[in-house]
Amino acid sequence: MADLEELYREIILDHYRSPRNRGELESPPAHRVEGFNPLCGDEVVISLLVEGGKLADLKIGGSGCSISQSSASLMSSAVKGKPLEEVRQLIHTFKGMMSIHGAQLGQDDEPVEAEEINLEKLGELAALQGVVKFPVRIKCATLSWNALAQGLDEMADQAS
Amino acid sequence: MTPAPATPAAPLNVEALRKDFPLLTRTVHDRPIVYLDSASSALQPQTVITAMARYYETTHANVHRGVYATAEESTHLYEQARIVAGRFVGAPDPEHEIVFTKNTTESLNLVAHSWGRTNLAAGDAILLTEMEHHANIVPWLMLAEEVGLEVRYIPVDGEGRLDLDELDTLVSGVKLVGLSAMSNVLGTINPLAELTAVAHRAGAVVVADGAQLVPHVPVDVAALGVDFIAFSAHKMMGPTGIGVLWGRAELLDAMPPFLGGGGMILDVKLDSFRSAPPPARFEAGTPPIAEAVGLTAAIEYLNEIGMDRIRAHELALTGHALARLDEKLGPDCHVFGPPAGEDRGGVISIAYRDVHAHDLAQVLDQFGVCVRPGHHCAKPLMRKLGVQATARASLSLFSDEHDIEVLIEGLVEAGRLFG
Ligand SMILES: Cc1ncc(COP(=O)(O)O)c(C=O)c1O
Repeated sequence: MADLEELYREIILDHYRSPRNRGELESPPAHRVEGFNPLCGDEVVISLLVEGGKLADLKIGGSGCSISQSSASLMSSAVKGKPLEEVRQLIHTFKGMMSIHGAQLGQDDEPVEAEEINLEKLGELAALQGVVKFPVRIKCATLSWNALAQGLDEMADQAS
Repeated sequence: MTPAPATPAAPLNVEALRKDFPLLTRTVHDRPIVYLDSASSALQPQTVITAMARYYETTHANVHRGVYATAEESTHLYEQARIVAGRFVGAPDPEHEIVFTKNTTESLNLVAHSWGRTNLAAGDAILLTEMEHHANIVPWLMLAEEVGLEVRYIPVDGEGRLDLDELDTLVSGVKLVGLSAMSNVLGTINPLAELTAVAHRAGAVVVADGAQLVPHVPVDVAALGVDFIAFSAHKMMGPTGIGVLWGRAELLDAMPPFLGGGGMILDVKLDSFRSAPPPARFEAGTPPIAEAVGLTAAIEYLNEIGMDRIRAHELALTGHALARLDEKLGPDCHVFGPPAGEDRGGVISIAYRDVHAHDLAQVLDQFGVCVRPGHHCAKPLMRKLGVQATARASLSLFSDEHDIEVLIEGLVEAGRLFG
């Protein structure tokens, strides 16, 4: 069961059991965005609060499998308080990690070169690396990231 | 193949039957495959695979058009499949009443499109059940949006059966009743004959989704009294790509075509066409010919074993599985649907502790166990059950007690992993 241990690393199980930044922010001022995985019914609801070019706060709601929920929790810890530029960079890097080994990502994602993926930059998020060996689960892992990217895009559109 | 049974109730020789399925010889993650996903799609016996290969090797030609020998032969094989499929469900007039489609989904869409658009108008009511597969909800919702229908639902009770307390009120004035013959989530076998009688008294036409029932339980449309029944070859050990719609001749006769094209017309002019009589009217374009040959082989395989014996085996194994799950896992393991019995098929939807179905299925995969996690295309029902997803194990004629033990072994490991 070596593959399983690799998929369900301790950090992942920890974030699944005790998810960080759970809840919802009042909207407005927060921006609310939802993501669905029609395959298995996983859903995630993210509230985003941007202040002064930073992702000042975010909360995660919804429910789903250990991979989707731990990924959302890990994501929330990694991006909270970060400048938006850095958040976008991290989304790019994370999705890059999910697309290496020829795995498929969302439709309009630019392929990321392997060299670009600096696992050190991902910190704890690198624990989700094992997911790429289970292609069906990649959608679970990227669910919250796609929702976050969508939320940021929507906010940028509203601002412009 | 096992020889024909001495008595209908003679138990299956599962060990021998398993040898009929080449896919069962493979391993998954170095373990023998334990296939518990027949409700999603069944495996094929060698006879089906061989029949299709032989057809392509020796006979293939388009149907209904050529006069040369192979074209005649393939037309004969295709039409033969209609008879075989019709007889399998007790159709009184298979030559006219069996329409080949792509799958159950297309069969139900055909009814909603052709019968629905002709017979339903703004303000009409139709009655479905809360346990329908999306295939028997969405086509009706599409029609409802288009023409403005009232869509009612028979609720599901705490045990996973239809709650018929309000049936008289619900059915009153409806023009159509659409219901699943057997639930693909709960395993519930609905009292089709009784419900059909009630629906008919109310003046409604009944369309049954037979996708789960027809492959596992002897079905006789005449005895059930329904007006339409839909099913898929791939769930009854046939190939993908072919489905069946049986409909009462007088209803089919009065229905306009579904898709337009070759094969479904009597005559075409530049500004008009005359459609062919059923079933050709509903089979535009080159049909799934090799798949029809495969369906014949699948039905012959099932018939040779005997649907009564298959049902008896799966009923007994369902009882065994539910008892073993309870014995080994206790209240940690919740199985949805009614207790094992005559009104339940071999579909076992499981919630185990609070391990998500996706994670359960992932761990089970490491044991070679194929189960299906998710909402099983029945989201309204899942909402009613209060779950996002279940892990569904479904039985087949080749399933045995060992399969259940491996399933339990995997569930225990998932419990350990997720603490
Ligand atoms: C009850 C029920 N109805 C309809 C379907 C749809 O069958 P198909 O995908 O073959 O069209 C299924 C299978 O998924 C089913 O279980």
